[in-house]
Amino acid sequence: MILLSSSLVTPGVGTIFWSALIFVLFLLILSKFAWKPILSAVKARDEMIKGSLESAAKAREDMLKLQSDNETILRKAREEREGILREAREVRDKMIAEAKGKASEEAEKLIEKARAGIESEKRKALSEIHMQVANLSVDIASMLLGEKLKQTGEQSKLIDNYLKEIDFNKN
Amino acid sequence: MKTKKLIGFFFFLLLTGATISAFGQELQEKKESEEKFDASTFILEHIADSHEWHILTKENGDNVAIYLPVILYSKEKGLDVFSSKKLADGQEYLGYKLEEEGDLKDKIVSVNSEGIADEKNLPLDLSMTKAVMGMLFAAIIGLLLFISLARSYKKTGISHPKGIQSFLEPVILFVRDDIAIPNLGLHRYERYMPYLLTAFFFILINNLMGLIPVPPFGANVTGNIAVTFVLATFTFIITQFSGNKTYWKHIFAAPGVPFWLLPIMIPVEIIGLFSKPFALMIRLFANITAGHIIVLSLICLIFIFNSLSVAPVSIFFVIFMDFLELLVAFLQAYIFTLLSSLFIGMATPEHH
Repeated sequence: MILLSSSLVTPGVGTIFWSALIFVLFLLILSKFAWKPILSAVKARDEMIKGSLESAAKAREDMLKLQSDNETILRKAREEREGILREAREVRDKMIAEAKGKASEEAEKLIEKARAGIESEKRKALSEIHMQVANLSVDIASMLLGEKLKQTGEQSKLIDNYLKEIDFNKN
Repeated sequence: MKTKKLIGFFFFLLLTGATISAFGQELQEKKESEEKFDASTFILEHIADSHEWHILTKENGDNVAIYLPVILYSKEKGLDVFSSKKLADGQEYLGYKLEEEGDLKDKIVSVNSEGIADEKNLPLDLSMTKAVMGMLFAAIIGLLLFISLARSYKKTGISHPKGIQSFLEPVILFVRDDIAIPNLGLHRYERYMPYLLTAFFFILINNLMGLIPVPPFGANVTGNIAVTFVLATFTFIITQFSGNKTYWKHIFAAPGVPFWLLPIMIPVEIIGLFSKPFALMIRLFANITAGHIIVLSLICLIFIFNSLSVAPVSIFFVIFMDFLELLVAFLQAYIFTLLSSLFIGMATPEHH
């Protein structure tokens, strides 16, 4: 084989020496001046992207939490408002009921008083009427009899009895 | 986009055409002198390393070439540095000569005063050959590219990539996310990133430059076994140095293996230790060399048939092969880096 017998497959010492030297220098210079800054820049960028993604996710989570917090606060407030309203309504109802009770009581009292007044006045009036009627009847009777009847107790007692028999309330 | 692609394609055609015309001139000359065209010699000359960077051969037989420095060391004569122009065309200089035939073809030998080569004691040849110069050029391109990239990162900070960044960053991230992290784990990958990235781009740049046929490109660097040997050796050394207790235990006392099997298992494991980087070395070398051989063979077809009518067919296939080689350039850089990280990852198994 012409290929195998040639210098093609026998590594030359000089080429080995120079390629090792060039490769090591290439590696060292690139490591210091190229790979280090490049890889750190890429890494910094990756980390920044990762960090911002994470913080965005966190912000979203926080917002959701805040939203749910708001909702609970809102719900609580609504409940509280309803409670206050209910209480107020109750108080109002109670007050109204109380006032109503008091007023009706008062009215009743007044009515009662009025009725009692009316009753006493009526009685007074009636007794006065009794008196008048008695006097009138006596006068009429005396006039009719033409003589003056003695004003005795028996006579007036008799008149009273008559009068009592007549029911004035009927009129 | 379309016009850019078109321009790229024309540039590509131009380069291919330029090479073929250069080869043509050279071959014309050869054909006249030898009459019969020897394709295998021609191909091997183009793949093999050389002390000069041949550009073209003129009609009158003069060579136009870049003469590279020759650095030699021998016990008797000490260190000698001179241009390879002194050794061109079989000349002798300072008692050295570049062999042009036989087993020691393209090797520098010492000659005595009678002009007879001493084939036993070869001088230590540390010359900066074509492959070395190509590699140096690739390294300079790589340094310029990545240092300017690093500088642009300093400028843009953590904002989105711009310009050259948007082209190179996905490749760097690919090496990180698809090669290093899956094989080495999230906790240890950072230590090996510089080596993996350097190996990846060193191979890639050299592969791509090897595809461009005009100087200062076109040196067959990653198709040179010495270069792939060095790269594989680095992976081997890094693997052994990062190997932890579990790794060595698996080699010298594999758990669950009966003790009487150990005399068989230990040599097998030790062979495995060396066969991994050996496979790395051969794979890269063979893939790149094979690609170059195919391209050169297709061009040789023109001269074998000695007819210009074969040229369109050859050019078509060469263009097709070059596209394939473009894929192979990326693929081999990827495979070398992937297997390196895999071997390193296997030497540092995570404790579960």
